Amino acid sequence: MQIFLNDDAHDVDAATLAAVLDSLGFAGRKIATAVNGRFVAAAARPATKLADGDRIEVVAPMQGG
Amino acid sequence: MFYGVNLSSRLLLGTARYPSPAVLERAIKASGAEVVTVSLRREGGTGRAGQSFWQFIQSLGLRVLPNTAGCHSVKEAVTTAHMARELFDTPWIKLEVIGDADTLQPDVFGLVEAARILAQDGFEVFPYTTEDLVVADRLVEAGCRVLMPWGAPIGSARGLNNVYGLKSLRAHFPDIPLVVDAGLGVPSHAAAAMELGYDAVLLNTAVAEAGDPVEMARAFALAVEAGRAAHLARPLEPRDMAQPSTPVIGKAALGGL
Repeated sequence: MQIFLNDDAHDVDAATLAAVLDSLGFAGRKIATAVNGRFVAAAARPATKLADGDRIEVVAPMQGG
Repeated sequence: MFYGVNLSSRLLLGTARYPSPAVLERAIKASGAEVVTVSLRREGGTGRAGQSFWQFIQSLGLRVLPNTAGCHSVKEAVTTAHMARELFDTPWIKLEVIGDADTLQPDVFGLVEAARILAQDGFEVFPYTTEDLVVADRLVEAGCRVLMPWGAPIGSARGLNNVYGLKSLRAHFPDIPLVVDAGLGVPSHAAAAMELGYDAVLLNTAVAEAGDPVEMARAFALAVEAGRAAHLARPLEPRDMAQPSTPVIGKAALGGL
């Protein structure tokens, strides 16, 4: 299926958010996630199933004012 | 001072726009800040900027105040706050809901709505607001126990645009910690805010984009301390007429009338 991660399209085999993140290089990283505009806590990623066309947001700490 | 947390420094410092991480680190030290603001942004699978910034933040051992900078809707701000809470492991959130792209003026209607949602969800909200009294009332009613009115638009370096409004706010909320957030340009602006009885100031660009950010951080720290001391020492009210500071009684009679 095709998902979008931070607007970039990816063809993935994995079915859950946790597995997709692992396959795209995010394992062990300090990140927070949302799917289709809704926050998904780290603990909920393994149980969060993805569907074709889902939009994932991945953010990391950054400088801010 | 803020949600039950006592701090000795009354200066909160932003971490953006410094020439280098080394300068940022020295500026934070020079400012004496115990709270630094941070944010979150997209990162790809190969990006490492966020990970190294996270290590840097941890190495400081300071409290972080994550923001929802750049959010223009309630939904966006609420989701960002949730991501920030997990990422930085703190209930504190500097809530920004921006209503106008040019002035970065808060959308106070969205702000109140987002503050209510977040406060009910256990967040400790630091709302970036205007000096409007009624909006401030609504924010307190929504659960905010800190208010952060702007001095002037973010990054504008204009200082306190509405001293009267800020004074009224202070008088109206004697028990709510008030922080002037945004728009400060030089240390005298920070001193003025503290002289009004504000509890703290939050600044970023004024330090980060100064010619020498480390020296400017030190200058702001001194100004905040001076302004606070002046407030506690109860300043004079301005008067219209002169009043001789040197007593007139006992002056030598030397031929004048």
